[in-house]
Amino acid sequence: MKPGPFIYHDPRSLPEALTLLGELDNVKVLAGGQSLMPMMNMRYAMPDHLVDLNLVEGLAGVTQEEGRLRIGSMTRQRDLEVSADVAAFPLFREALRHVGHRQTRNRGTIGGSLCHLDPAAELPAVCLAAGADLHVAGTGGERTVAMMDFPLGFMTPAIRPDEIVTSINLVSWPQGHGFAFEEFARRQGDFAIVGVAVLLAADAAGAIVRAAIALCGVADRPRRCPTAEALLIGEEASPRALAAAAAEAGKIDAASDIHASGAYRAHLTTVLTERALARAVGRLGRTQ
Amino acid sequence: MADTRRIAVTVNGNTYERRVETRLTLGDFLRHELRLTGTHLGCEHGVCGACTVLVDGRSTRSCLMLAVQAHETAITTVEGLGDGDALTPLQEAFREKHALQCGFCTPGILMTLTEFLNDNPQPSAADVRDAITGNLCRCTGYQGIVEAALLAAERGRRS
Repeated sequence: MKPGPFIYHDPRSLPEALTLLGELDNVKVLAGGQSLMPMMNMRYAMPDHLVDLNLVEGLAGVTQEEGRLRIGSMTRQRDLEVSADVAAFPLFREALRHVGHRQTRNRGTIGGSLCHLDPAAELPAVCLAAGADLHVAGTGGERTVAMMDFPLGFMTPAIRPDEIVTSINLVSWPQGHGFAFEEFARRQGDFAIVGVAVLLAADAAGAIVRAAIALCGVADRPRRCPTAEALLIGEEASPRALAAAAAEAGKIDAASDIHASGAYRAHLTTVLTERALARAVGRLGRTQ
Repeated sequence: MADTRRIAVTVNGNTYERRVETRLTLGDFLRHELRLTGTHLGCEHGVCGACTVLVDGRSTRSCLMLAVQAHETAITTVEGLGDGDALTPLQEAFREKHALQCGFCTPGILMTLTEFLNDNPQPSAADVRDAITGNLCRCTGYQGIVEAALLAAERGRRS
């Protein structure tokens, strides 16, 4: 198996890459290649032009300043896993253990995962829970898109063909916040049948003041659960409150496919959300 | 006309210069251009792990990387592990623990575990199992592979 013929471009700068995207037809952007390359090998994707971002200056790397994290879109998933800066946001590390395998994380990038937007992928759900902002550059200039507004539908990100996501920006949750990522997949490293990302923050009296629950694998795109989150606010983290929020999350209209029925996915959503919430509560107040 | 590039790649310490089609994968480059057939291609879409090589020290699926992307990198394949007939401690442990049968997956697993043991000299059995989740073996049931990795780690600590 080999990809169909294409013209290969390896720009060294962002303006150069954007110009190519603006001028060429039937062009694909190559990031880590852990999804696009299989699609090209099997000829599901047959671009005439491939614009490889791997040599573009300044797209990879993590910086942190006063709790503000900037993750370059071409940062490898493996580098996120071991980054001291990302450690202040431990939900990432926990979720990354479920992202493919060591060999694919060595190549795969965060920006590639977000733009590919597989509904079962873990990193879009993490970025959604974290309330990330994506910086996007195009030939017409730069703009910021909230992760909340990024998924438009099944594998359809809010990005034009002549644009590139340049960085993922987020503000760390307060020290001592609770976090957990739970997932069920048939095999370790497979895409999730259901995955749940949870972030919680509580006040000194133990009442929950902030909650974020994001799902992957359940619907046509990653989803937040605003009604379930709202049930938690102001509550003490009692098993009853967690179970009620988990049951609310399970009311989602879950998709059926060859791997699982919608009813099974909805059931898993409730079970895994409750587990994730309980583990996140157990971590509340601990320094990281 | 086919889109081609001239590339220079260092494989197991030797630098090779070739003109290649840009659509050629690194795995096919190693096998067909360099005739280094120790790297096996199984599924060719990133599932089986048989084609794993080290690119600048990091385990990588060579079916999911283009040969042009390997320009000016250093690749290690299974041919680069031992020295002539001398096996590495990991390979020796594979032989002793019967960690292979048909051998198709073995080069990929050796490359994966070579990187893993460099980073984790004292792994648990669970760590080893996690490390090889990206490599399929249909013969051994993995037990011998896990034992071999643990044995190699133990000997590495003693030496």
